[in-house]
Amino acid sequence: MKSYILEFRQLLLTLAAVFAFTSLVMLIAGAPPFAAYYHIIKGSLGSWNKFSHVIKAWIPLTLCGCGLLFTFRIGLWNIGVEGQVMMGAVFTTALLRFGVESNATVAFLGISLLAGMLGGAIWALIAGFLKTRGGVNEIFAGLGLNFVAQGIILWLIFGPWRRPGVASMSGTETFPVSLWMPLLEAQRLSPVALVTVMVALVISGLLLRYTRVGLNLKAIGGNPNAAYLFGLKPGRFMLLAMIFAGGFAGLAGSLQVSGVYHRLIPAISSNYGYLALLVVMLSNYNIWLVPPVAFFFACLNVGSIQLPMVLQLDSSLSGVIQGALVLATLGVHAWRQRWAEIGEREKNTGVKRD
Amino acid sequence: MIELNLTTLFAGVVAGAAPIVLAATGETITEKAGLINLSLDGSILLSAMAAFAVAYETHSLTMGFAAGAAVGALVAATVAVFSIYLGQNQVAVGFVLTLMTRDLAYFIGNPYSRLQGPQVSPLAIPGLNEIPFFGDVFFTHNIPIYFSLFIIGFSWWYIYRTPLGLKLRSVGEHPRASYARGINPQRLQLLYAICGGLLVGLAGATFSLATKPGWGRPQGAEGTGWICLALVIFGGWHPVKAAAGAYLFSFLQVIGICLALVIFGGWHPVKAAAGAYLFSFLQVIGISLQEWLPSVPSQVFQVAPFPLMIFTLLIMSFAQKESVLRWAEDKARIKSLLGFFSGMAPASLGKPYRPD
Repeated sequence: MKSYILEFRQLLLTLAAVFAFTSLVMLIAGAPPFAAYYHIIKGSLGSWNKFSHVIKAWIPLTLCGCGLLFTFRIGLWNIGVEGQVMMGAVFTTALLRFGVESNATVAFLGISLLAGMLGGAIWALIAGFLKTRGGVNEIFAGLGLNFVAQGIILWLIFGPWRRPGVASMSGTETFPVSLWMPLLEAQRLSPVALVTVMVALVISGLLLRYTRVGLNLKAIGGNPNAAYLFGLKPGRFMLLAMIFAGGFAGLAGSLQVSGVYHRLIPAISSNYGYLALLVVMLSNYNIWLVPPVAFFFACLNVGSIQLPMVLQLDSSLSGVIQGALVLATLGVHAWRQRWAEIGEREKNTGVKRD
Repeated sequence: MIELNLTTLFAGVVAGAAPIVLAATGETITEKAGLINLSLDGSILLSAMAAFAVAYETHSLTMGFAAGAAVGALVAATVAVFSIYLGQNQVAVGFVLTLMTRDLAYFIGNPYSRLQGPQVSPLAIPGLNEIPFFGDVFFTHNIPIYFSLFIIGFSWWYIYRTPLGLKLRSVGEHPRASYARGINPQRLQLLYAICGGLLVGLAGATFSLATKPGWGRPQGAEGTGWICLALVIFGGWHPVKAAAGAYLFSFLQVIGICLALVIFGGWHPVKAAAGAYLFSFLQVIGISLQEWLPSVPSQVFQVAPFPLMIFTLLIMSFAQKESVLRWAEDKARIKSLLGFFSGMAPASLGKPYRPD
């Protein structure tokens, strides 16, 4: 019971810090803080339509978060997740382009998910090999590949896949409705995507918690040298973790194409990969906290889209709030640890310890 | 014709590289002390925005540069405090700050976008600018660029030739030993994180007040921070080598394919040429692609630096592999080439010191 109160106090302290910081930022920018908060809430949860937009953002965030749990568990910083989402989208678009002429659209839609996973996994494997074989830090490898993936998307949109007539930043030609993931009419949400997320959550949870693979990832992440002496090959498991991360990220990218935009656009990944890194950090690498945190982040993202129109503010406010949240959580957590340590030391004064 | 353009070309390289040199040198100093400030990409943007906004409001360039430097130092201090005193993962904190400072820059800088603001005017150094070729290349710029030239030599001298620099390196190599010698590693790391941050902030200010004057979304400096972080590794944590990398990078950005051929002439210093071949090879590929596909937007080719970055890091890593070193044992020329690429990271880089 006492620990719950502590947790609650910690949460309150974090939220207060974030609130103070973002309000200060808005005062510097000359914006009314309360109006901005109001519009963010109204813009994300104000109507069913807005809510469905939130869910649309929640889906890729949660999928990427699931994948990132694998790489974080083994101690890898998979910043390349953004590019993995993009390549999932590219592979899916490539496959669906073949499906435009065919009658077996359902089969194409089914395979397109696999294609997306493949695309993401390949992109993650490149970063993985650069890390394990090439000795290139995964942060730089992943980041470089993100920019390359963005270049590939732009090249495809303006080159081989350009719209008949004019190529433009609005993306490739929209697929016929038969190649859209089935949508719920009212909300324009794809039930397939929702089911996919649920399955991904359950699979990741089970794999990480109850299987040998999950345990090995954790062991290597904890101490690579000890794990190596124990007969585990860190390189191999790093590649495996990258495949999982890339696969889930690719799935997110695939659903962005087949379920949301129905074409390839330059901003297909919408920074959801980078954001998912924050989501997982804020969830303290705990899978059951990923969906609610992702939901909260999705609300902030969708809600802040309103800001430029209503208050002439830049929509990047959501990013400021999200970053401040993660930093404040880390800070408050650290303070609590420090106090606990000091308390422990005081309790043990006089007792000789080595 | 190439002869004629050579001075303007090199002058352009020196000017374009100034912010990259500043940021890479700042990060080298921070990492020499054992701390990684991963937030470079965002903090350059935020300090660029702050510098422009302050210079615009106060009509004072000095205030602008001061604001930029202060912002850079503040972000670096945040990373340092979280990692050194609060025991948090510095990569995690740095990454969060990368994203957050970028969004902060866009958010606060929104009203200042696409405004005509003050910018640094050129100031040729009388006397020195009369020297043929070198005068035009080095001494016809503005103060931030002179400062970037000065800081290369100064940081080298400070790190390798002064007692204070020895302390700085000792903290990065073996904080526990330096603690035994009466140095406070935590305080020194914080201090050098802030010093490095000041330079990063100045880099941002140089962007928005001199190199790419003005503020907007995108500003044009996006991605530079990551290049600077890679240049620190490329330079083997040596400020002069990192600066050489920055010039190389700027050089390849300035020149097009026709001038890339000049490098192949062989008068370039051997050390730089190794990287230049690799860099220009990929640039040539990019440019020939552009010839085949004229409709492709230029954004596609702006990603060229990043595969280069991966390639360079890959080469760096291979150059330090034991098997490669053994193979090069009796090949003098290759050995000296590998010597250029080998640079050891500070032994305690990224591992904060914990007092008992």
